[in-house]
Amino acid sequence: METLLQQTVNGLVVGSVYALVALGYTMVYGILGLINFAHGDILMVGALVALEAIRLLQLHAPELGLVPTLLAGLSVSVLVCMLLGYTIERTAYRRLRNAPRLAPLITAIGVSFLLQTIAMIIWGRNYHTFPQLVSTTPLEPVAGVFITPVQIAILVVSAVLMVALVLLVNKTRLGRAMRATAENHKVASLMGVDTNKIIAATFVIGSGLAAVAGVMFSSNYGIAHYAMGFMPGLKAFTAAVLGGIGNLGGAMLGGLVLGLVESIGAGYIEDLSFGFLNSSYQDIFAFIILGIVLIFRPTGLLGERVADRA
Amino acid sequence: MNELALAIPWLGKRHPAAARWVVVAIALAAPLIAILFGKTWVRILDFAMLYVMLAIGLNLVVGFAGLLDLGYIAFYAVGAYTFAFLASPHFDIHLPFWIVLPLGAGFAALAGIILGLPTLRLRGDYLAIVTLGFGEIVRIFMNNLNHPINITNGPQGINMIDPLVILGWDISRPVKIGEDITINSLFLYYYVFLAFVVLSIILVQRLQISRVGRAWAAIRDDELAAKAIGINTRNMKLLAFSLGATFGGVAGGLFAAFQGFVSPESFSLMESIAVLTMIVFGGMGNLAGVIVGALALTALPEVLRHVAVPVQQAVFDRVILDPEVLRMLLLSLAMILMMLLRPSGMIPAYSRYSRPELVVGKAAGEAPK
Repeated sequence: METLLQQTVNGLVVGSVYALVALGYTMVYGILGLINFAHGDILMVGALVALEAIRLLQLHAPELGLVPTLLAGLSVSVLVCMLLGYTIERTAYRRLRNAPRLAPLITAIGVSFLLQTIAMIIWGRNYHTFPQLVSTTPLEPVAGVFITPVQIAILVVSAVLMVALVLLVNKTRLGRAMRATAENHKVASLMGVDTNKIIAATFVIGSGLAAVAGVMFSSNYGIAHYAMGFMPGLKAFTAAVLGGIGNLGGAMLGGLVLGLVESIGAGYIEDLSFGFLNSSYQDIFAFIILGIVLIFRPTGLLGERVADRA
Repeated sequence: MNELALAIPWLGKRHPAAARWVVVAIALAAPLIAILFGKTWVRILDFAMLYVMLAIGLNLVVGFAGLLDLGYIAFYAVGAYTFAFLASPHFDIHLPFWIVLPLGAGFAALAGIILGLPTLRLRGDYLAIVTLGFGEIVRIFMNNLNHPINITNGPQGINMIDPLVILGWDISRPVKIGEDITINSLFLYYYVFLAFVVLSIILVQRLQISRVGRAWAAIRDDELAAKAIGINTRNMKLLAFSLGATFGGVAGGLFAAFQGFVSPESFSLMESIAVLTMIVFGGMGNLAGVIVGALALTALPEVLRHVAVPVQQAVFDRVILDPEVLRMLLLSLAMILMMLLRPSGMIPAYSRYSRPELVVGKAAGEAPK
């Protein structure tokens, strides 16, 4: 029972990171119908840029406290990633907006590998230790469950960001324009929406969220690496599909469910498979879920409410 | 072979017959020229032939039927591991290659069908991501299935795989002709692989203009219309998927026999992407383009190794970008730039059933369903 509770907490934490990344996938998919393969790698860039910024700050401004350093690093990485997202959209995807279906997909894969390669050139192939500015030593156990301050921070930050995003999409002018663009580009632009600007804004917001997710991911596990974006990217996409791609609430729900299944599954996989499989198979849960969802409910858990799509 | 002749664009259009013979001559003489630069280049040619086979197979899926498969290397892995299981001391089974290769191809095709069934009803992008995941799953299994029962021998891979033995003739041994002429086994492998490549080309060309090939083209260009004129789109897509996988399986078996060793490392995502870049670079849906793309992009990293490293050393006194990084950089740039600037590839498709532009589809403008 305690294992179950512990794994539930861990799952919620990982799940909220997935959810943040999944939001980026789902927003872009909702508006452009494009799977932005490079999204996972933006998470990686976010983590590595934050790492670099934090290192510099610790070197030149050691008197700054831990949390301000982290926040400064986070803001730098969010800004860099937003710029990166904008650049990618502007240079690669925009020109392919009316191109055949395969072209943007292939370009997206190219962008993903380009980002990884550039990161590899800058940061090398080694794993970097990510400075754990928020403590990772567990607090006093509550009901036998250990939770670390960084995990609490992750849960709080992602909850705040998700609420903010929902408010942005549903209550602001920009959000309304995004929903309109998702519904129909042409009509939206006839109504005076600058769709190009809106699409760019979507990329910028998604990339910012991915940067935050990257920093959270690295803070939690204590490492950063040029290829670290691949798996979370794939899983976040799975989460987006699981919740119903194009649907904001779905992405959040999907992320949490996926995190829970993965974490609880990894805890029990050995018993379930009679010792044949162990926790190194943790990564296959996402794909199994993806397969099952695609077979039985391709619209995802929440389905797709077109009006909600942004 | 007309499309093959177009591999030489200038000659091909005016004198197709001459171009055809030039291609045949190049194909036959290639290892003899390569040996002048050293044995490694013959080995590279051998690998190039395997990549050509992979590219032909993937082109069947992506170029003909318009299904983006990002885990193609998994089928290569299935073929290679089948060969390794059934013809090596690992399980102490030594079946002859004419049993193992078809088995490997069959397993690969089966994997293709299993993978395709749930996804082919959906939009193409799902397929892309599911195949990507499938490739990863296969790799995870290859890496971890060494306990509690040792099946794949984990990251160490399987060693001492039997070489190809054709009618009792072991082609991994050099052949002696007379007193002082020996033919290295690399040459023998080259010609065996070339035979497989030629067979694949003929097969795929016949396929492309057959009823099936035309159905694929129709599905690729407009799935709804294809359905409306009575094409069973699901079965046709499954067929493309499993046939493409078959090529991967055969190439994988040959790879295992040639290399004598398989390990999960050879089947990374990067390899899938490399094969995809080959067909994007050469010209999707066009056999000649695909072959040229595969040859060019197999040779490229090797050329880089021999050119870029000394150049960097001379200019900067040290190696800034090692060849592997350069390869990745160039592959990813090639993919992006080709899509932006020349989406139909270096040698665009030209025949009646493959169209000059890429796959149409109302695509991005269309409200996503």
